[in-house]
Amino acid sequence: MAIFVNQHTKVIVQGLTGGQGRFHGLRNRDYGTQVVAGVTPGKEGQDVEGIPVFGNVADAVLATGATASFIAVPPKAAPAAILEAARAGIKFVVCITEGIPAQDEARIFATLLRDYPMTRLLGPNCPGIISPGKCNIGITAGEIAQLPSEQGPNVGIVSRSGTLTYQALYELKQQGIGVSTCVGIGGDPVPGTSFVDCLAQFQADPETHAIMMIGEIGGSAEEEAAAFITAHVTKPMSAYIAGVTAPAGKKMGHAGAIVSGGKGTAQGKMESLRAAGVKIGLNPTEAGALMADIVQTIR
Amino acid sequence: MDLFEYQGKQYFARYNIPVSAGGIATTIDEAVRVAADARYPVVVKAQVQVGGRGKAGGIKLANDADEVRLHAGNILGMNIKGHLVKRVWVEHASDISEEYYASFTLDRAAKQHLLMLSAQGGVEIEVVAAQDPTAIVRLHINPIDGLSTESARQAAIEAKISDKAIDGVADILVKLYECFTKGDCDLAEINPLILKPNGEVHALDAKVSLDGNAAFRHPEWEEYSATEELDAREKLAREKGLQYIGLDGTVGIIANGAGLAMSTLDVVNQVGGSAANFLDIGGGANAELMTAALEVINSDSKVRSILINIFGGITRGDEVAKGIVEAMHHVKLRAPLVIRLDGTNAEEGRQILASAGFPESQLSTRPTMLEAAHAAVELAK
Repeated sequence: MAIFVNQHTKVIVQGLTGGQGRFHGLRNRDYGTQVVAGVTPGKEGQDVEGIPVFGNVADAVLATGATASFIAVPPKAAPAAILEAARAGIKFVVCITEGIPAQDEARIFATLLRDYPMTRLLGPNCPGIISPGKCNIGITAGEIAQLPSEQGPNVGIVSRSGTLTYQALYELKQQGIGVSTCVGIGGDPVPGTSFVDCLAQFQADPETHAIMMIGEIGGSAEEEAAAFITAHVTKPMSAYIAGVTAPAGKKMGHAGAIVSGGKGTAQGKMESLRAAGVKIGLNPTEAGALMADIVQTIR
Repeated sequence: MDLFEYQGKQYFARYNIPVSAGGIATTIDEAVRVAADARYPVVVKAQVQVGGRGKAGGIKLANDADEVRLHAGNILGMNIKGHLVKRVWVEHASDISEEYYASFTLDRAAKQHLLMLSAQGGVEIEVVAAQDPTAIVRLHINPIDGLSTESARQAAIEAKISDKAIDGVADILVKLYECFTKGDCDLAEINPLILKPNGEVHALDAKVSLDGNAAFRHPEWEEYSATEELDAREKLAREKGLQYIGLDGTVGIIANGAGLAMSTLDVVNQVGGSAANFLDIGGGANAELMTAALEVINSDSKVRSILINIFGGITRGDEVAKGIVEAMHHVKLRAPLVIRLDGTNAEEGRQILASAGFPESQLSTRPTMLEAAHAAVELAK
C-alpha cells in the first residue's frame, strides 16, 4: 500500500513536449512510473522518446486509461490545464507550476470542489509525490528515497517545502528507514491538498507506521493539522517547522510563507503540534533523528 | 507588493470607488500647486508604508497655501518609524459624519474570500477585534459565486451601519470586491470608509497589497515597481532575478529552495549567529546564478562570512561545486565561504571544491547543515 499513487497508477504529462515536462516526465518514467501519454495542444501524433502525445487530455485518457496527470506548464496556462484534466475524469492532478496568481488558485479550488469533487489536486507549486519503488510524479530525485520494507516500520512524509522534503527523505535514508509515500503539498496560499488530507490517508494506510511532517510559516495549515492529529491520528509523528527567524510581513520565497498580523508564526505552529503529541525537531536533522527514535520503539 | 496610499486610491479609482480629489507632491511648490486643484481646505498626508502617521505628525489640515507650505515643509523628509517621507498626498478635506471599516482578503483556512466590515472605523481593526469582536462582521464569499449587492447590503445591515449609508456602503463593497478579485489584490482595505454629512460614502484611506504572481496580466503595475522601497541589496538581487530579502545579521546565506533557505536562517540563529539575508537560488544552482548570488551578498558591508547550503536532488552536487568554483573566479569575496553540500553526487562535489586550490581561510566545507552553521557563525564573530 501507499497513498494516492502506486505501481498501477497510469500518468499523463501535460506539457510533456516542454523543457520541464520532458525532463521530469522522462525521469519519472525511468524511475518506473507508468507514464503513458503526453498532452500538448497542436502536437498530437508526435511522441517523446516513445511516449505518445495527444492534443487534449480527454483523448489521452480515452486511449490510455490514465487516472493521474502531471502538469508542468507555465502559470498562465496552468489553471486551464488543471480544469481540463478534471473535466476529462483525471482523479489525481499534480501541478508543479510556481507563480499562479492566488485569485486563480482560489477559483480553481472552488470549481473542483463544486464541479469535480472526485478530482484531487496536489499543489500547485509543489515537488510532487513519490511512493518509493512504485510511482514518482514530479521533480523529486527518486534515488534519495528509501524503499519501504514489507515488515516495516515505514514512514509517511508530508511537506510544504521541496528541498526540505528531499532533506527529510535523505535523513531517513541515512538511517535506513523506509518511506511509504512522500507528499509535497506545496508552498502556495491555496493548496489543493492539505496536511489534513494527507494525515487522514497515512492514518488509514496499513503500510505507514509513523508520520513525519514539515511545515513552514504562514497560514494556519499546521494548526488545522494539529487539531486533526489530536482527534484522529494515533500513529507517532515528528515534525519540523521552517521560518522561526523569518521577519514579519515578508514573503519568504514561497507565496504562502508570510507572517502577517502576528499570525502564522513558526512558534505558534510548533506549540500547536507539540500539544497534539507530535515530537518537534528544531532543524530537519533533529526531526529526522526524532523519527529514528520513534521507529526504534516500533521495531 | 504593498502600495502607498495615493497609489491605492488611484487603483481604487480604476474600479470607480469614490476617493477625494487630490494629487501627489515631492516638493513644497508641487504641494501648493496640487492643493489649489484639490480646493481648500486640504489635508497634507505623508506617504509611508507604516501605521501611525497621524500620531507622528504626518497628517495635517491646511486652509491656505501658507499652511500647505508649512506642513509640506515639515512632513517631506520626516522620518516616521524608520521610513523616510519622500512624497505627500494632498487632498480635499472631507467632512466626516461616521467612520467605518471594510476589507477583503483571502481566508487561507476556509479557502474562500473574506469580507470584514465594521461600523467602528478609523482605528486599527486589530484593536476593534480585541476590544469588541462582535463589532466586526465576517462574510465568506465563494470565489466562483462572487459578491452580490444584496449580500453586501445584508452585511452592512448586520454591521449596524447607519440606514442612510447602507446603499452607499453596499455599492462600494461590490466595487471593492471587484478591485480585490479582478485587480489581483492580496488585501484591499478601506479604513476609514466615511459617511459625509451630505449622505455620500467615500474611501478616505486605501491599503492595497498586490499579488506579485499576477503581474503578467497587469502592465499598469509597472509604475508601482519604480516607487517600491527596496534597499540597495534588494534592488541588485531583483535585477539578477534572485529571491532575496535583506536582513540585519552578519552571516550571508545562499540556499536552494525557499524552505531550505528559511531553515538555514533558523539554524544560524540557533547556534548563536544572525543571518544577513534570505536568498533562494532555486533549482538550477549553476555558475551564473551562483556568481549573481555571491555578488549580491558581497555588496552587503555587514557580511562577515557566507554560508552556502545546497541539497542536491535533481541538481547534482558536482555541478553545484563547479558553479561555486567558477563563481569564485568572477567575484572577489571579502568574507570566507562555508559550504554544506549534501544529496545527489555530494561526495564528487566536495572533491571538486577540495581540489580547486582555495585556502581553508577562504573556502571550507562541512558535511552537515548544523556543522556548517557553527563554522560560519564562528567566522562571523
